[in-house]
Amino acid sequence: MVIKFRTDGKGVKITGEKDMPPMPASLGFMTWNKTSSWRNVRPVIDYDKCINCFICWKFCPEPAIRIIDEKPVIDYDYCKGCMMCAEECPKDAIKMEEEGK
Amino acid sequence: MKKTLLGNYAASWGAQLSRAQVISAYPITPQTLIVEKLSEIVADGKLDAKFIKVESEHSAMSGCIGASATGARAYTATSSQGLALMHEMLHWAALARLPIVMTNVNRAMAPGWSIWADQNDSLSQRDTGWMQIYASSSQDILDSTILAYKVSEKLLLPTFITFDAFFLSHTLEVVDMPPIEDVDKFLPPYNPEYKLDVNDPRSFGALTSEEHYYEFRYKMQKAMEDAIPVIKEAGREYEKLTGRYYDLIHPYRCEDADLVLVTSGTIAETTNVAVDELRKEGKKVGNLKIRIIRPYPKEDILRVIQKCKKIAVIDRNISCGYHGIFAQELKSALYNEKEIPVWGYIIGLGGRDVKIEDIKNIADETLKNDTPRDLIWKGVKL
Repeated sequence: MVIKFRTDGKGVKITGEKDMPPMPASLGFMTWNKTSSWRNVRPVIDYDKCINCFICWKFCPEPAIRIIDEKPVIDYDYCKGCMMCAEECPKDAIKMEEEGK
Repeated sequence: MKKTLLGNYAASWGAQLSRAQVISAYPITPQTLIVEKLSEIVADGKLDAKFIKVESEHSAMSGCIGASATGARAYTATSSQGLALMHEMLHWAALARLPIVMTNVNRAMAPGWSIWADQNDSLSQRDTGWMQIYASSSQDILDSTILAYKVSEKLLLPTFITFDAFFLSHTLEVVDMPPIEDVDKFLPPYNPEYKLDVNDPRSFGALTSEEHYYEFRYKMQKAMEDAIPVIKEAGREYEKLTGRYYDLIHPYRCEDADLVLVTSGTIAETTNVAVDELRKEGKKVGNLKIRIIRPYPKEDILRVIQKCKKIAVIDRNISCGYHGIFAQELKSALYNEKEIPVWGYIIGLGGRDVKIEDIKNIADETLKNDTPRDLIWKGVKL
């Protein structure tokens, strides 16, 4: 039995070792691991300044910037607040705001 | 076909007969001849394999891991310091359940800088999840390489074959090479269920939480337990092909022995000769050669020693702070099972010669003595 790679973002449903492959393979995505709590500062996009160049989307080291309706949208479940997007934005359209305000 | 081969070349031809597809290796004395010969074999077109020259043993094993993960049959060889540098990737190969086969030539760990026989290098890797075969002849080396692929690929566990530097690696012996057609029948191409394949993508070795990690270890242990019957089954199948049977242990004249000597590697062969001489002197001594230490053949060992009165373990290694490693293993096997006194002897470290007289001396000393001791230094200059 080969456990197939899941594409719906959910891990393989495992109830015990018999459902598992012999090695750590095909355990699905890491999407269950929401890393938002690591964040001290949150990026906020000013869409008046944004030119939809998607440089932020390219540089984001996590899958935390998505393209929705042709615009970059930050997924705050996974953004760790590394500030790379704000640093790379050519129009200074991304502001970092302190968390917990 | 019979050939006169160095122990090292028996390993090279073992890899050739097994049709290794990727050889990723770095030279180190006394192993270098193995991969040197293999590079010639590949260059001469006698083996369709990719030979990767790497910059370290850590990379040599990494190369094997990548190759094996794609479903290729991977091989490497190393020794001592090189094996130690591989340590991280040995764990990786085992937990990724990649059936890599490797040859290690037992060489003393430095310093003092030494290239001579000593088992501390391979025994330091005891807990990595690799199966370990201690070969005692060139024939054993060649056959074990083929057998190792058979067993490893069935269980998805890596194996290394290890043998004493120079005493075996650089000694010529007559080796019977099975025809490659026979080996092909015995060892069909490796085709794993799980492999790296761009057309069927999957994650490999990704972050694994406590939710799953524990079960992976459980499955690895299960595979090691399954290995014991699988090794015997493969051994019997190989026997039909070649007439040579390999088991986890090889007892010699142990049936009625009062004293069983427990040995491994080339010392086991010397001990067989010593046992014959001791028998001529009327002393009931047997030799139990441990060929495979992982998985540990506890039940087999208990069957062999059940009637004996004393056991002497001869170790060419030491776990400083305790004592010989084969002795520790044997004592843990006896605990809760049998009450037989065990003597632990250390001998031949750093390649010091172990002679027939030394073994006879150990046997005589143990037969005369009634107080077992964990640690007895044999031949230390005090």
